[in-house]
Amino acid sequence: MTDTTSFQPTHEDFARVKANLSIEQISRPSLSYWQDAWVRLKKNTRATISLYIVIALAAFTLLGPVFWQVDSSLQDLNQISQAPSLPKTAALVGAYKRWDGIILEDFPVEPEAYVESVTPVAELRAFEAATTQQVRLIWNPTVGAGGYNIYRNQRAPEDFNDLGLPLGSTYGGNEVSYEDRLSLESRDYYYSIVPTDGYDEYEVFTVTEITPRMIITVSDARDRNLISAGEEDNLGQEIRLEFHPFGTDYLGRDMLARLMEGARVSLFIGIVAPFIYVIFGIIYGGFAGYFGGRLDVLLMRFADFVVALPFLLFMILFKIAFGIGPGESGIFPMLVALILLLWPATARLVRGQVLQIREQGYIEAAKLLGAKPHYLILRHIIPNTMGVILVTLTFAVPAAIFTEAFLSFIGMGVAPPTPSWGSMCNEGVKTMLSHPHELIFPATFISVTVLAFNLLGDGLTEALDSRMRSRE
Amino acid sequence: MLAYTLKRLLAGAITVWFIATATFIAMHQVPGDPLMNDKAVSAEIRKNLEQKYGLDKSATEQYFIFMGNMLRGDFGISFTQQNRRVNDIIRDHFPVSATLGLLAIFFAATGGVLWGALTAIYRNRMPDIIIMFLVILGISVPSFVFAALGQLLLVNINSMLGQSLIPVAGWGTFAHMLMPSLVLGLGTMAFLTRLMRSSMLEVVNEDYIKTARAKGLSPVRIFFRHQLRNAILPVITVLGPQIAAITTGGFVVELVFAIPGLGRYFVQAVQQLDYTVIMGTTVFYGAFLVFMVILVDIIYGFVDPRVRLE
Repeated sequence: MTDTTSFQPTHEDFARVKANLSIEQISRPSLSYWQDAWVRLKKNTRATISLYIVIALAAFTLLGPVFWQVDSSLQDLNQISQAPSLPKTAALVGAYKRWDGIILEDFPVEPEAYVESVTPVAELRAFEAATTQQVRLIWNPTVGAGGYNIYRNQRAPEDFNDLGLPLGSTYGGNEVSYEDRLSLESRDYYYSIVPTDGYDEYEVFTVTEITPRMIITVSDARDRNLISAGEEDNLGQEIRLEFHPFGTDYLGRDMLARLMEGARVSLFIGIVAPFIYVIFGIIYGGFAGYFGGRLDVLLMRFADFVVALPFLLFMILFKIAFGIGPGESGIFPMLVALILLLWPATARLVRGQVLQIREQGYIEAAKLLGAKPHYLILRHIIPNTMGVILVTLTFAVPAAIFTEAFLSFIGMGVAPPTPSWGSMCNEGVKTMLSHPHELIFPATFISVTVLAFNLLGDGLTEALDSRMRSRE
Repeated sequence: MLAYTLKRLLAGAITVWFIATATFIAMHQVPGDPLMNDKAVSAEIRKNLEQKYGLDKSATEQYFIFMGNMLRGDFGISFTQQNRRVNDIIRDHFPVSATLGLLAIFFAATGGVLWGALTAIYRNRMPDIIIMFLVILGISVPSFVFAALGQLLLVNINSMLGQSLIPVAGWGTFAHMLMPSLVLGLGTMAFLTRLMRSSMLEVVNEDYIKTARAKGLSPVRIFFRHQLRNAILPVITVLGPQIAAITTGGFVVELVFAIPGLGRYFVQAVQQLDYTVIMGTTVFYGAFLVFMVILVDIIYGFVDPRVRLE
């Protein structure tokens, strides 16, 4: 026999074991469906950034006008199509005084006939301090010239064919001055003088670089309320001009203020229209899906008809049919048209969902327990379709914003002067080559908004998808 | 298959009737009538004109007259363009819009399938990341911005070459069509690329792909015969509705590139309340879209034999 020790139970072995409850404790907090979705949405960087962008856009639209109190419809023809800039100041000066220029009396040689060649003019310079009111040029005459042509360029000319804008001519070898008052800005200009024989140019030129100083006349400043009424005219004083951080448009209206007001129009249509038609779609689709049968067929056939309507044609037609009275912006007709045309997509989706959910076990159970239809719909069916609906809503917003922009772009959207991003693009395209900022800003706002809502929709789809949950 | 086609065609015809009726009702809600735009005419002349165009009749009567004419394929005479029949306007300008739209669909479909397949193969690698970034851009930027940028690009190319290689605007030759149709197809291409990518990713892991590999088929054959053919189905499904989306965008592109398509005539007609032109273009466009969707569905049946059973 092997040496086996038999088990000797002691008294302790029969003592009551204390259950270790801490092992069975739920280590993770219990999360509802929506909390779980929220956690997963926060993990998605792109969706989170998009959410911040959406919040920022809302702040820009709602809070922006509180901080930036500039009238978006105030036209200022002195400041048409200005590029975006930092705050500018200008020196206060008196009214413009006429300048007769300089005509030399003892000019030696007036050419009798064509001379083969002349020397370029010497000592081209500004007669007095150049300002944005006027640039006065003088130069020394050159022998043999019968006149001079004056050019202005915004960059240093490379050769004779690159002198820039022809400003004017003088008709006499002794007329050696020119006053430029053509929409001057405070930037570098390259002035070139080309001697002529009275008609044709000699191929020589002299260049000088001049940077006019930003000035404003007292009367202008008073008109534009830049100096207060009681203040004295302190000539030479630097005063602050109107600040247009995003530049101005083709009527001199402040772009930032217009973008804010445009955001209100675009986002209002973009958010309110989907919201209303999605609610309508839920009711319609839920009704059809829940009751089913012949009613379902009838309702869905009608929805199919509405889907088949050529969208843009009917948008335009409806918008005109609802009419825009004088002084109205046309936002309301567009809203109605969008709702009337876009609800079937949601209705279809909700109906499909309801059909699926209706067959689920928990609905049967609720029915057995005596649940009434409205309780079933409100308590069980609609909450379970919310995920899909939320995703649809997020994707519907960029679609509505796009539609508004399209319509405004072809001139069938909101009526001027109400700005919307689309109508601002429409105006901006016309001056795209010379003043690109008028197109770039509204276009960027549309793109960023649409992008943010699209990425948010993607994130929501992933976060709300229950299949994704089981994968983790 | 025949019964299915007939059933779809019948439903399509009813849809077209619905479109016509809805247009008629919406149009008559607009205050005023087509004669309103003319210079002040005396009451008598106006009465004669109304009689000539049948505007003195009640709306119901006008509706039945229009429907009767429409069934005979006659949309009537334009109110605002002298001596021009609506049928002629459609015949002259619809082919332009259709060519533009179909070319755009062609660009969008081939581009979308190609890029989508490419991104799926190079998943999470550089080509995938670059293409998907461009796709997001393509979905988010409105087509009129692309149109403006496209024109800008052409201007720069032409000025660099010193000759007008590709015209910036207008219509006529194939060179004219290139840029507008590309711009028009861009949004759809981005959308299809995304769709193709996700459906391709699903297909790649299917069992039959493993089987095909195990059989020793060449990767090229697997790609074309097995992956592409199965992954392309969702793309074909959405192609029908996308054709509608493309004709919608077509309005804007036609405007920017100065293309004499039907869109411009419709906008003009709505502004001037040219009843016959509005009805004609809407019904025609609607019918076109409805039958394109049916056509796509039938093609779908050929590509995917499983659908035919339904």
